[in-house]
Amino acid sequence: MPSPEPLFPHAPDRQGPRTLYDKLLDAHTVCSLDGEERLLYVDLHVMNEYTSPQAFTGLREAGRRPWRPSAQLAVVDHVNPTAPQRTEDVADESAAGQIRYLRRNCADFGIELIDLMDPRQGIEHVVVPDLGLAQPGMTILCGDSHTTTYGAFGALGYGIGTSEVEHVLATQTVVHRRLAPMRVILDGIAGDGVGAKDLIMAVIASLGADGAAGHAVEFAGAAIRALGMEGRMTVCNMAVECGARVALIAPDAITADYVRSRPRAPSGADWERATALWARFHSDEDAHFLREVRFDAAAVRPLVTWGTSPDQAVAVDGTVPDPGTEIDPTRRRAMVRALEYMGLAPGTPVRDIAIDHAFIGSCTNARIEDLRAVAGVAKGRRVAPGVRGMIVPGSGAVRRQAEAEGIDRVLIAAGFEWRQPGCSMCLAMNDDVLPDGARCASSTNRNFEGRQGRGARTHLMSPALVAASAIAGRLCDPRDLP
Amino acid sequence: MESFTIVSGTAAAIPLPNIDTDVIMPKQFLKGIDRSGLGEGAFHDLRFDAGGRERPDFILNRPGWRDAAFLVVGPNFGCGSSREHAVWGLKQRGVRALLGTSFAGIFFDNCARNGLLALTLDPATADALMEVAAGPEPARLTVDLTGCSIATADGRRWSFTIDAGRREALLHGRDHIATTLTRTGAIADFEAGHRMRTPWLP
Ligand code: SF4
Repeated sequence: MPSPEPLFPHAPDRQGPRTLYDKLLDAHTVCSLDGEERLLYVDLHVMNEYTSPQAFTGLREAGRRPWRPSAQLAVVDHVNPTAPQRTEDVADESAAGQIRYLRRNCADFGIELIDLMDPRQGIEHVVVPDLGLAQPGMTILCGDSHTTTYGAFGALGYGIGTSEVEHVLATQTVVHRRLAPMRVILDGIAGDGVGAKDLIMAVIASLGADGAAGHAVEFAGAAIRALGMEGRMTVCNMAVECGARVALIAPDAITADYVRSRPRAPSGADWERATALWARFHSDEDAHFLREVRFDAAAVRPLVTWGTSPDQAVAVDGTVPDPGTEIDPTRRRAMVRALEYMGLAPGTPVRDIAIDHAFIGSCTNARIEDLRAVAGVAKGRRVAPGVRGMIVPGSGAVRRQAEAEGIDRVLIAAGFEWRQPGCSMCLAMNDDVLPDGARCASSTNRNFEGRQGRGARTHLMSPALVAASAIAGRLCDPRDLP
Repeated sequence: MESFTIVSGTAAAIPLPNIDTDVIMPKQFLKGIDRSGLGEGAFHDLRFDAGGRERPDFILNRPGWRDAAFLVVGPNFGCGSSREHAVWGLKQRGVRALLGTSFAGIFFDNCARNGLLALTLDPATADALMEVAAGPEPARLTVDLTGCSIATADGRRWSFTIDAGRREALLHGRDHIATTLTRTGAIADFEAGHRMRTPWLP
């Protein structure tokens, strides 16, 4: 007699209603360990060329092999050039060495590699959803902090260090300590000109850079439900900047529509089974969250960062804040230092800040919806003299889609560089590095000191604002463009 | 993994909040395929100016603090990129423990996997230690993981709490992969059932 398949083979720790996070844990728990720790099975492990080499070396030295090569995927993305013409050449010998070692490791251990010349190549967190490999109910780990992106699909995704990369390679599991479930509810509907990036930047500014530390954050509310998958990925991706170890959004019809018909999506009878399973991955009505925070999405305005931490943000029509008004001495010290690094004076109107670089790229904001928004702003306009505007699509698939829609032509006519995919100036590990003192409007996720180049000054904002700033030559809301 | 029991050494104060891993280990040191040369990279852009000259005001460049074994740090230390190179570099510089009120999640786990003790202290203890470390003369501390205490040379003493599993692993320098591989049967059993339920997964 076939019995109905249990969704959660592991006996739940908690009786009664459970959160989405706990359902994901229970569905992947191999066994409980001491205390709050458990061994979690990993459905997909994603690797790049710069956080995996020492893990592979460790694996080799211990005489071990990957547990399940088919559940591993490697992508070249952090160190490759993004010049408009793609070639095999990587002039930087150490970068080339990392790519070569990844190739050798993938070949020796039978792991799929999305290599430099592969038409699907791009930023790992863009490529995985492109392929349909991010699906509700999965566990997806990667040696990269922005692995939270997959939470947009209702998958448990989080970043790990290289030691854990080796652990996942060798065992297909990770030791997971249960996080505190937290819910961030964005009520209402975001206003005109306010996008997913503004919503998550508002949350980060309000909670602080460590405001969600130790938490698994589920985003909910009308403003989240209204977002497409690209916007949801932006939210979950950047949630790590307020310390969230895990970010989640419950899957719905929008999620399934996005996954359907992608190359690695389940098909035929599997599609029916999969979607029936996915429907169960949501927080139960009375599930208990240790913390709950509410925001009114209608009150969010377009934001830009003025400092060197992603939580140091103000409205684009505001002014640079004054550390003198900050009571907490540690925060005040940080503000003073940030203003010094950024070369800004308190009270300066944000819209008076002149820029010399504009960068559209990164796993936060280089997907097709982002490029459409940029083209919408740039159409019929020109990048200001003295500003270098770079567009680095998140992946080959995004680049081709944009070209099919004519977006590349609009952007090139406006004076932007239309480049090949990669992480590029998001972390400037390749040759896309800002000079000392350069000031950049950037659609990326981190404005840390030196992130885009030693001494370079980064202002984070939405892609639409980056485009408007490139055109105005200073930080600008697209609605203020002539 | 190196074990940690009782360690004595100088403490240096790095009081800013949100010191990220880009600052701890700048990108130009991430291009190797091994772990070499990362001691040189630790806090590189704080230690040296754009011309490669030492900045005399940075704490780890000052006589008496150059070989600090402990860093007393501000909140949310280690935020940002997952790069474990940050932890390797600190260890290569001889840093054995980080004392603060909070650490970013991935960084905290990376520390545990490498025998670098990251201690989450209550604010009063952290403040007191910050004062000790920020004094005009280099101050020595003894961090005792067997007795869960921190002491100064002149006899002041604070106790701390730490997760039992983390403490055990640090005390004995445990190999986590070998530990997990004692459960291969459980993993294989789970995997077989999981594949039946979700055969479309990779
Ligand atoms: S785009 Fe930036 S944040 Fe995303 S994976 Fe690459 S370097 Fe990391």
